[in-house]
Amino acid sequence: MGKTLFDKIWDAHVVTEIQDGPSILYIDRQFIHEVTSPQAFTGIEARGRKVFRPAQITATADHNIPTMDQHLPIKEYLSAFQVEKLKENCARHGITYYGLGDEYNGIVHVVGPELGYTQPGMTIVCGDSHTSTHGAFGTVAFGVGTSEVEMVFASQCIMQPKPKRMRITINGELGKGVTSKDVILYILSKLTASGATGYFIEYAGSTIRNMSMEARMTVCNMSIELGARGGMIAPDQKTFDYVKDRKYAPQGADFDKAVEKWKQLYSDADAVFDKEYSFDATDIIPMITYGTNPGLGMKITDKIPSLASVDPATKETFVKALQYMGFEPEQQLLGKEVDWVFVGSCTNGRIEDFRLLAAMLKGRKRAPHINTYIVPGSYLVEKQIKEEGLDKIFAEADVELRQPGCSSCLAMNEDKVPPGKYCVATSNRNFEGRQGPGARTILASPLTAAAAIITGKITDPREFL
Amino acid sequence: MAIEKFITTISRVVPIPIEEIDTDQIIPARFLKATDKKGFGDNLFRDWRYDKNNQPIADFPLNNPKYSGCILVGGKNFGCGSSREHAAWAIADYGFKVVVSSFFADIFKNNVLNNGVLPVQVSEAFLAKIFAAVDANPATELKVDLVNQTITLIATNESEGFEINAYKKDCLLNGFDDIDYLISKLPEIEAFEKKYKG
Ligand code: SF4
Repeated sequence: MGKTLFDKIWDAHVVTEIQDGPSILYIDRQFIHEVTSPQAFTGIEARGRKVFRPAQITATADHNIPTMDQHLPIKEYLSAFQVEKLKENCARHGITYYGLGDEYNGIVHVVGPELGYTQPGMTIVCGDSHTSTHGAFGTVAFGVGTSEVEMVFASQCIMQPKPKRMRITINGELGKGVTSKDVILYILSKLTASGATGYFIEYAGSTIRNMSMEARMTVCNMSIELGARGGMIAPDQKTFDYVKDRKYAPQGADFDKAVEKWKQLYSDADAVFDKEYSFDATDIIPMITYGTNPGLGMKITDKIPSLASVDPATKETFVKALQYMGFEPEQQLLGKEVDWVFVGSCTNGRIEDFRLLAAMLKGRKRAPHINTYIVPGSYLVEKQIKEEGLDKIFAEADVELRQPGCSSCLAMNEDKVPPGKYCVATSNRNFEGRQGPGARTILASPLTAAAAIITGKITDPREFL
Repeated sequence: MAIEKFITTISRVVPIPIEEIDTDQIIPARFLKATDKKGFGDNLFRDWRYDKNNQPIADFPLNNPKYSGCILVGGKNFGCGSSREHAAWAIADYGFKVVVSSFFADIFKNNVLNNGVLPVQVSEAFLAKIFAAVDANPATELKVDLVNQTITLIATNESEGFEINAYKKDCLLNGFDDIDYLISKLPEIEAFEKKYKG
């Protein structure tokens, strides 16, 4: 029987299997950031050890940092302390660290691919659930807890039971104004926020093949929202072209050799998955969420489900979510006034996302009551925004471009949405309080976000195309 | 740095009959700025536990004197969302030894196990029974027996088995931790690396 893509990579990294237990899995690269690493450093130091393979670890400060005045010291004491700790810890253990102001700083899942750290066939972990983003390159990449961060510090390995495999196939051409974000929100609305728990997903089909690397990253990014361990896409010419010539990618003849190996990374025709789903791309239109988990989403033109139509087992969650959001069953959200728009995060904070935003904002203006957080995913993204002149389009639309970071995705810095206010966000989570206590998040694509900036309301972006 | 050994637990329970409890609720992001593992229990379920003026919300189960004990019972898909281990630290720091639900998010399950807290996954039916029993009588006690992998409603003696992988069970029973184990395997890991990196 053939092997799945997942199995090929996983099996090549198993040091040993413990009977009736997890495998010891070798990790090619670990990314770390300021929030989930300090306790792991304290842990291994308490054991009297140094980091085992510092060259295979990369650090960036992203979660806590302000997105204005980054040249000044961080004002908030605890954030400043955490970032300072990361810098010290990295220096002490010989780990490359991209701090504030560094030309390669940015959100960890944006930086990894753009510097060529992320390469097909790798195992990658980070103390961050959206590590699944790197799966777009045909890697086994997943989020881990701080204990596991410490395991990698100590041994470059973690202990993991092997997940089951799921394949989600999407075929067909996406309509105008429909993005990869809509694809993953659509899948979430079908499978729910726990629909893939215990699985590792491979995304396949012509719709995925036709996506750019950026778009693929958006899909893989939100695998965790389905409850999956991670998500991945078999590498192809687009993948190789993206990786080529990146700073830490293999160069020259080494690159050609690597590509030969990477070409073996696909699921064999007779490989068997534990579960399979397939969807038709032509059924997907722009999507939004209406609840407080990413599975509670719908087509932008739909109405929120009626109370009678929800599964009785989840009714309580549904009612509670609508209460928090201030919505009613069967309400239509098109035309609903919103207060904030956030464009950024590791889901939609890459150059393509800002191109989409700029294309729609060009020649138009922000609705006066709308507040925005427009936040590039990295310094390199910011640089490219400026090179392409997108920042001028934003300025003309009366929209302010901020500096890179996680920002309002989890609002650990000042970029909060006030209590009770509605925010159309291109990030990945709409949990209660995610963008600040009491904030109400509506997840959507960069195009839908752009449309909301212009009209001040939830608006079908296809109206502007 | 071993974890505490897990012994059979008999305790009253704290019920939170809500589904999809994500780790942002268990410990909101603004409390993730500490650089050690202590003290997170104070902010466990912070935004459900306290109102805007930092006054305890009386009927939230953690504030309700009716409920006590070291067993937390939550609705389906407990611990979904962010991978923050701070959620596990908050639960452990508050004093819980067991979390019961009909379904756990993967990363969360690993995280609590790595901190000596046992996640017990029961059937939907049994979970409903626990919630009903505690609702009828808040002094209801549960017994969690890790050796035999059973959870029992003491009053009625209704019981259900639960799964845990043998390795993790061994770790909990003996207070071992994965990191010590991996360090003991370093020679093997180095041999693997040699072969793998060629
Ligand atoms: S952008 Fe949001 S989801 Fe992504 S790493 Fe930062 S906080 Fe996490």
